[in-house]
Amino acid sequence: MNAKFEKNNSPFQIFLWIFFGLVIIVTLLPIMHIVAMSFSGKEAIMKGDVGIFPKDFTLEAYAMVFRNRGIVHSLFFSIILTLVSAVLSTFVTILAAYPLSKSFLKGKTFFMAVITITMYVNAGMVPDYLLIKEMNLLNTVWVLLFPGLISAFNLIILRSFFAGINNALFEAAYIDGCSEWKCLFKVAIPLSLPSIFTIMLFYAVARWNNISDVLYYINDSNLYTLQYQLKLMLDTLSLPYEYGEIVQHVTPENVKSSTVVFSMVPMLIVYPFVQKYFTKGVMIGGVKE
Amino acid sequence: MKVNAKGQQKKQKSGKNRKRMKHLELYSMLIIPLIYFAVFKYLPMVGTVAAFKEYNIFAGLLGSPWAGLKHFNEVFHSHEFYSALKNTIILNLGELLITFPFPIALAVILNEMRSEKYKKVTQTIMYLPHFLSMVIIAGIVYQVFASSGIVNNVLALFGADPINFMGDPGKWRAIYWGSSIWMGAGYGMIVYLAAMAGVNVELYDAAYIDGAGRWKRIWHVTLPQLKPTIVIMLIMNVGKILSISFERPYLLGNVMVNDVSTVISTYVYSIGLQAGRYDFATAVGLFQSVVALVMVLAANWIAKKMGEEGII
Repeated sequence: MNAKFEKNNSPFQIFLWIFFGLVIIVTLLPIMHIVAMSFSGKEAIMKGDVGIFPKDFTLEAYAMVFRNRGIVHSLFFSIILTLVSAVLSTFVTILAAYPLSKSFLKGKTFFMAVITITMYVNAGMVPDYLLIKEMNLLNTVWVLLFPGLISAFNLIILRSFFAGINNALFEAAYIDGCSEWKCLFKVAIPLSLPSIFTIMLFYAVARWNNISDVLYYINDSNLYTLQYQLKLMLDTLSLPYEYGEIVQHVTPENVKSSTVVFSMVPMLIVYPFVQKYFTKGVMIGGVKE
Repeated sequence: MKVNAKGQQKKQKSGKNRKRMKHLELYSMLIIPLIYFAVFKYLPMVGTVAAFKEYNIFAGLLGSPWAGLKHFNEVFHSHEFYSALKNTIILNLGELLITFPFPIALAVILNEMRSEKYKKVTQTIMYLPHFLSMVIIAGIVYQVFASSGIVNNVLALFGADPINFMGDPGKWRAIYWGSSIWMGAGYGMIVYLAAMAGVNVELYDAAYIDGAGRWKRIWHVTLPQLKPTIVIMLIMNVGKILSISFERPYLLGNVMVNDVSTVISTYVYSIGLQAGRYDFATAVGLFQSVVALVMVLAANWIAKKMGEEGII
């Protein structure tokens, strides 16, 4: 640590405080602007008066967002989809990571090669699409769960966790007559819960933020995720809803901003928690055996 | 003696059985994952033969007649393809030159911060944009640069007329790169911060005793220790110059800047999935994946030659 030679209040430290204060402001400014925009009145927006604080505070735009059945429905759909997808993906990743963490497993190198190759080689958008189409998975919820079921990257991280567990624990379990399945559930999983949880968060964030699969494969508004609904909303240049007189009080910018904020809130709520695990996971991902 | 030997044999046999049993159990766990990789990762690779076929919806992939290299011939004579290729390289190259140094510089300066608490708060806030979806990022970027957005509002204070940032190809590119700094520089620091956390403290002590000031210590201790990480990140980024994500150019792009925002991935999407020319689009995608793969392997090979670890 180079900083230890510095005094806490040296001019350079004060400069750093100011510098990173500015960095923080630049990072937050766009977000504050869009929040301000979502709460501002029509007049102020049209006059170009809105900066980072709302002007002529109003909730009309939010009233429109909440009245939009599609968006509210997709919020619940997205939450459930994300939870199911994260649990399912994590479970299947565990099933692959555990056996491959065993050094004595015959064919381990072959299986690992088969899996690692998929990180660098993929068929591409159109062959993937044709396959989904041939399997009749278009416009089904399965297409949002299965094609991205396992991430080779997450699998490799989890595998090194399992490989790091003290082998004596498994030996003891074998002597007690445990089968490998029992070892997995009674030894490996309980000992790596924090790592498994990190992997689950990786999957959840990826699922929550992804829109390309909905764009490629889904044409049924019941299966639209929140992020995709937001995209559709942002695509329409004019006001997307007709609610009679309320339209007079809001502008497209106003509604778009409030929809962006609405879609951002779930992530902001879980962010402090997600961030902590994520950064840990990234560090571990960088450590190779 | 005899009994003992028999017992030994029995024990060995049961040991062998147990090992076989264990293998069976472990393989049974692998069944579902392997089916997944076979179906969703390897089967589509077979589907790339579409690039060599005259794809007919009714005949299906296997029933469609062969077309040889016809589609590739067309790809290499297509003006749109070269335009998409050029845009991909320009956007990636700009990203490499403009955004690559930011996480390094920020991480090195942040590392000089004495207050651990403020350091943590800074990191937490700087990582935030990374966790927002590309749709939200695009929504924010469009609003910030809209005619009623904060940038134009500030310009208006100086009496400037509103500028159409997102509709102008040159400005659009700048915003594409700039937004990448905004959303990625913070999160990109993690790798470098981790590398700096691993630097042996004695190196700093020695430099301090030798009379090296703060900047000299950064220059002669921190940066040399970061060099392997920087080199590998740089080489890998060069290797990825032909690979471009779909979501970012697709969501940030718009009709007015199509000439600069159409990259290979969005081009494949529009001719393949939207226009339904599956065979031609597969050919474009196949060309890109093959060249991109060769480049990544080459980058990895160079990294290893230079004595770095490589990624594969």
